[in-house]
Amino acid sequence: MVLKVFFPTCCTSAESGLLVGRWVPEQSSAVVLAVVHFPFIPIQVKELLARVQQAGRVGLAVLGTWCHCRLQEPEEGLGRFLEGLGAIFTHEPWLQLCRERGGSVWSCKALGWPMSPGAPSPAPVMLIFYDQRHVLLSQLHTPATLPDPQAGDAPPSVGGLAAVFDTVARSELLFRSDRFHEGPVQLSHWQSEGIEASILVELAKQASGPTCLMLSFLLSLLSAVGACRLFRLWPLPFICSKLSTCEQARHRLGHLTFLFSPRKAESPVQLMRKVNVFFSLLLDVALGLALLAWLRAENCIGQLADALVPVADCVAEELQHLLQWLMGAPAGLKMNRALDQVLGRFFLYHIHLWISYIHLMSPFVEGILWHVGLSACLGLTVALSLLSDIIALLTFHIYCFYVYGARLYCLKIHGLSSLWRLFRGKKWNVLRQRVDSCSYDLDQLFIGTLLFTILVFLLPTIALYYLVFTLLRLLVVAVQGSLHLLIDLINSLPLYSVGLRLCRPYRLAAGVKFRVLDHEAGKPLRLLMQMPPEQALSPS
Amino acid sequence: MEDERVFSDICGGRLALQRRHYSPSCREFCLSCPRLSLRSLTAVTCSVWLAAYALFTLFENSVILSAAIFITLLGLLGYLHFVKIDQETLLIIDSLGIQLTSSYASGKESTTFIEMGKVKDIIINEAIYMQKVIYYLCILLKDPLEPHGISQVVPVFQNAKPRLDCLIEVYRSCQEILAHRKATSTSP
Repeated sequence: MVLKVFFPTCCTSAESGLLVGRWVPEQSSAVVLAVVHFPFIPIQVKELLARVQQAGRVGLAVLGTWCHCRLQEPEEGLGRFLEGLGAIFTHEPWLQLCRERGGSVWSCKALGWPMSPGAPSPAPVMLIFYDQRHVLLSQLHTPATLPDPQAGDAPPSVGGLAAVFDTVARSELLFRSDRFHEGPVQLSHWQSEGIEASILVELAKQASGPTCLMLSFLLSLLSAVGACRLFRLWPLPFICSKLSTCEQARHRLGHLTFLFSPRKAESPVQLMRKVNVFFSLLLDVALGLALLAWLRAENCIGQLADALVPVADCVAEELQHLLQWLMGAPAGLKMNRALDQVLGRFFLYHIHLWISYIHLMSPFVEGILWHVGLSACLGLTVALSLLSDIIALLTFHIYCFYVYGARLYCLKIHGLSSLWRLFRGKKWNVLRQRVDSCSYDLDQLFIGTLLFTILVFLLPTIALYYLVFTLLRLLVVAVQGSLHLLIDLINSLPLYSVGLRLCRPYRLAAGVKFRVLDHEAGKPLRLLMQMPPEQALSPS
Repeated sequence: MEDERVFSDICGGRLALQRRHYSPSCREFCLSCPRLSLRSLTAVTCSVWLAAYALFTLFENSVILSAAIFITLLGLLGYLHFVKIDQETLLIIDSLGIQLTSSYASGKESTTFIEMGKVKDIIINEAIYMQKVIYYLCILLKDPLEPHGISQVVPVFQNAKPRLDCLIEVYRSCQEILAHRKATSTSP
């Protein structure tokens, strides 16, 4: 079987030394994590490895030697020294990687490989270069093919490339040692962030714990107040379920509770969700404040308040014209005069009531609008949901008309269907939920047929009123629907993930990609492992 | 070691198969599809422009002409970036996995990597495509729950659609590597 050596790209220019990493026998692959430089004391190297092993529960060992030298000067002393090291750090198989300085000629020998006797020798070796930083960070968002590492006592057996990702992720302690730190052991590897240099960031990190606790306590108080018995008396829950502002406020409260819960995120997915929620809240508040500033600057509230009552009057007048048109001969259709007049007058009276209501409210409009504008501090979504509620309240008369029209139409259709059955000599059997034949008396048939005829001739009138008011209601619903769509978009847009995809695509890695580097016969095959980002737009 | 041969696809177009033999355990097959022909591009552009000009004479609005320019440009860019596949590559690395790459005319590359542990076999299968019966090469993936079952069939060279002779070449090379895998996995 082919021996695979995963070599970090940052170590390709490192000085000669020892290879430190993990040997995975099931995959017959060696994952090299770092290079230990000369001089070193073997005891200290073994201590360091034991420490990392304890911290990350991953079995590290010295895998072999790394020689970065000029080919013209064989450096026999170094060669014998390197061979001697094989006696101190026993490992089966023992790798000997060698690279010519300034060139691209690599050679790799594996002593003690292959394990099984009778297999051909020399065994083929494959060198796979990987970027430690990308592999470590992409572990946060492992795709479905590579499972997340479990936090159990015994590390589970992971297959294939997941073992490589797992190893690099668990050896994070190794990456914290600084290259320039004069310690007993000098390592070459990718360096993680290390100790935070900025005191502000450290303070923020320390302060985040108590802040979260305090905020979650306040939020729990708020939700307790919201859930108290007073708010369960009958009209309030009904009204609250109809108003989208209450829904949005509850939604946001839920988000805040999730965000500031003192428990740490269990998985990377949950962490990403938390950060997404945080950014969406931030965007919301920023947009709301921008809206507030714009309203203040243009004195829009005053203009809106001045314009609101005339607009409502205008809408009512248009409705009156519409009703007058319906009461006449709309679109050339001939309506039943009496019913037309009755319905038209009924609706006109409603509009009259509505106009008086609006005029009654007009002194308070400015104050209400000012408070709506202030609510934009809580976020643009709250302001938009308030706007949607105001539209619903202002067009309440259209909703009423729709309900009346729909009820009348419904009654008429029921009556018509029942009398039609009578006309044919059938009856609806409630017990059996089906249509049965029935023998009617002559007077029943006579009156039934008369009523049927009357209802049929009144049908166009009622149908027209129903159609007109349904269309009006649809218009209002469409406007409210688009507002809600905008609110949902702001609520659920994953800004953090989109930003990650643009700026750090390897963190959202979907898989791995291999590229074959220059290959020469007789030398080991060299591959480069990359982590391309998820392709959202690739056609399958 | 590299060699190139010319085959044809199911519609009669010219395909070039490049085989690279990096090592006994690593092989690459690269199928190049026929390029975007100038004739079809000219035909599409001319028809779009004729339609736009007809509309312009009808409505006397110059916005139609600018819109036609934009539509043509965006359509061409979109076609090159999302639809037109230039090359399809199959890289098979023993004991690591199989990598399928499609490179589009605009340079975009879309890669899928399948680990060797998941691959059950590579076979040539028949399928009914429109009014034809064609052969295609596909990779069978193992089902983790059922040891002898197949969880997924991944077709290879979907856009190039080579004919059976090309598929047989690729199939033979892949089977050599897979046989090598089976031989080494059975030995302790």
